[in-house]
Amino acid sequence: MADKKAAGNRKAGPLLDIRNLRIEATAYPPGEPPQNIVIVHDVSLTLEKGKVLGLIGESGAGKSTIGLSSMGYGRGGVRITGGEVILNGRDILKGGKQGLRKLRGHEVCYVAQSAAAAFNPAHRLMDQVVEATLLHGRATRAEAEKRAIKLFKALSLPDPEHIGERFPHQVSGGQLQRVMTAMALCSEPDLIVFDEPTTALDVTTQIDVLAAIKVAIRETGVAALYITHDLAVVAQVSDEIMVLRHGRLVEWGGTRQIIKEPRQEYTNALVSVHEINHEEKKPGRTPFLSVQNVTAAYGGGHIKVLKNISVDIFPGQTLAVVGESGSGKSTLARAVTGLLPPQEGSVTFDGRPLANRLADRPKEDLRQLQMIYQMADVAMNPRQTVGSIIGRPLEFYFGLRGRERDARVAELLDKIEMGKGFADRYPAELSGGQKQRVCIARSLAAKPKLIICDEVTSALDPLVAHGILQLLLELQKEEQVAYLFITHDLATVKAIADSIAVMYRGEVVRYGPKSEVLTPPFDAYTDLLLSSVPEMEIGWLEKAIKGRRMESAGN
Amino acid sequence: MANVKRIPIPALIGIILTVLFLIAAIFAPWIAPYGNGQIVGDVWEPMSAQYWLGTDNLGRDLLSRMIYGARITIFIAVLATALSFTLGATLGFCAAVLGGWFDTLMSRAVDLLMAIPTLIFALVVLSVLPSTLVTLILVMGILDSTRVYRLSRAIAVDIEVMDFVEAAKLRGEGMRWIIFREILPNALSPLISELGLRFIYAILFLSALSFLGLGVQPPDADWGGMVKENKDGIVFGIGAALIPAAAIAMLAISVNLVADWVLNRTSDLKGGRGNG
Repeated sequence: MADKKAAGNRKAGPLLDIRNLRIEATAYPPGEPPQNIVIVHDVSLTLEKGKVLGLIGESGAGKSTIGLSSMGYGRGGVRITGGEVILNGRDILKGGKQGLRKLRGHEVCYVAQSAAAAFNPAHRLMDQVVEATLLHGRATRAEAEKRAIKLFKALSLPDPEHIGERFPHQVSGGQLQRVMTAMALCSEPDLIVFDEPTTALDVTTQIDVLAAIKVAIRETGVAALYITHDLAVVAQVSDEIMVLRHGRLVEWGGTRQIIKEPRQEYTNALVSVHEINHEEKKPGRTPFLSVQNVTAAYGGGHIKVLKNISVDIFPGQTLAVVGESGSGKSTLARAVTGLLPPQEGSVTFDGRPLANRLADRPKEDLRQLQMIYQMADVAMNPRQTVGSIIGRPLEFYFGLRGRERDARVAELLDKIEMGKGFADRYPAELSGGQKQRVCIARSLAAKPKLIICDEVTSALDPLVAHGILQLLLELQKEEQVAYLFITHDLATVKAIADSIAVMYRGEVVRYGPKSEVLTPPFDAYTDLLLSSVPEMEIGWLEKAIKGRRMESAGN
Repeated sequence: MANVKRIPIPALIGIILTVLFLIAAIFAPWIAPYGNGQIVGDVWEPMSAQYWLGTDNLGRDLLSRMIYGARITIFIAVLATALSFTLGATLGFCAAVLGGWFDTLMSRAVDLLMAIPTLIFALVVLSVLPSTLVTLILVMGILDSTRVYRLSRAIAVDIEVMDFVEAAKLRGEGMRWIIFREILPNALSPLISELGLRFIYAILFLSALSFLGLGVQPPDADWGGMVKENKDGIVFGIGAALIPAAAIAMLAISVNLVADWVLNRTSDLKGGRGNG
């Protein structure tokens, strides 16, 4: 402790001062000699003690790379080739391996995106939380554990005295993320790097973790770099925000300035990303897909995942199914497609009953009902070209061959705003958004009446997701196709749905046209869900938490 | 195919040696200076201009025997490997896709076969059955297919749960399409590396069988049989047995160099446009 205080007195400047940071990597482009590419172009930033700086940008913007450079680390072959990283008054890049070893887990700590992947499943939580503290000799084991328990309390983990005895798989994802924050705070570092700590969590969990992180930062006075692609989230925790794109600084300013008066066009695009104009359509007279009292279960009927679900979809409209993970949204899709035959109830399609089992359905029914997946890269066979991926449904359902097929593939590629030239590319040669577009084209190729979209934008950057949503809406207008849109993101739902079904633990708790579902009075769960969606507004988090507290007290 | 300059040197060496072995095997009667069973000189004559590799235990030209031996060794090994791969991969993929009782039945049957040491099993079967080439190939192929089955089932089970296979099922594709168009291309690279290995195991297995007298029957001989014929010479300091042994080792290495290279090329997901 004494040496830390001495260091604190010694330095007069900011805690972290990154100057003209340049980070490079070697790329191996096909058919060419290896090339050097610059990932981060001379970025500079400073961070005062106890402040939080949000780094924001789409994937590939270099935000994680910059964040990790503050601990002198380059991920997978990435090299820091220029600039200075000055922490507590000394350039850590010049300290050599020994210097870095002293620094990591002592002065700078890291909170990873996926806590589940970052914890060692074979050790108890407490051992992992205090490991760095003990390694650096910051405290005795008893002291460290006491501090850890205090942190567990501060992060409002359940049963703080004993949670450390559990293994990582025995706590939930949101709790694990908080334990990881406790791990980072335990050795009392000067700086914590949060790398998308809430991105993988449900909205309802995200808000808890976010609040816990914010409280912990305030109480310990630690400085933080908060990396995320969600501007609404970063607006809640940071004092300043830095917008990055392609490894270059776009804009850097106070949180209020960035979200209220963005000066750059790109920042503006990020701020207004969810604004899609979509007029709600009134439900028609007759639904063409109607799910009636469906109950479905896994494990030979023992684990009921869907309980008595009834929803309707009208031609050319969008039904959004929302809920957190484990609420049975995707299972509903599996029941409709016939992958999981329902135990009870039936699905009617175009006025006739749809066979429960996939194998019993005629080809025509299969054609009318297509599906788009969350992870576009595993939804396409990596060994097939884009042309054959999109062309297969044409061959299979319509018997198109040769030039006729190629012409239609080109037409479809045009529709998804990609050129003909993509036809002989492989999925690995596409970006995330392009992959999802190809998946959309594949399902459109079958000329379906209904497309089931299972979290199609969840794995994408906000701007790319925005593009996909707009494309889906345009296609709906042109082709009169209906969507069953499964998502946990309420902002998306607000943007594109005509009617909404809110699911909770396998049941539909609220169902109706969008305007009705989103108008109070709400039931408890819908309220929780709605109030958990981060809004681009300073102070939203406190307000939301306060609202929830009152609510839970009221219940 | 890429141009020759981009092939790495180890692969090039492998390719050249493998091709030489194959040429020797295919054109044996035209290349070999003497006949296979023709006795041309004294027993165990040393290497000379007339007999490049010397003569064997009966005074036959060792080089000619080696060339004919290559033919029979490679012929049997190729057929046995082809059989084991066709059988093992097809059944393995079917088990993965169909699942249920078919999977259980096949997997337990394979466990049963694998529980018995391969060599002992082959010895028993071959000493009961008439020793013809066909039985030899069948026995080797079937015994080896258990390993291929295990591998291809394991790979296919992993691929089968991917979304693109589910997408194909939702599209209504039949089992043939799913196995051959969705799963097989993605399972190819581990299978190819396994192919190289299994081919070599087939050669070693055949050599072991012939050495024990249950493989290729005289007067024909594969390389393993030739080691056996000439092994007594070692006591007198005559290295005739080492030449077929060295040939086995060389073939094993060169085939694997080629398999490694093919594996590198096929595991690339950009249609072979990347890397080398």
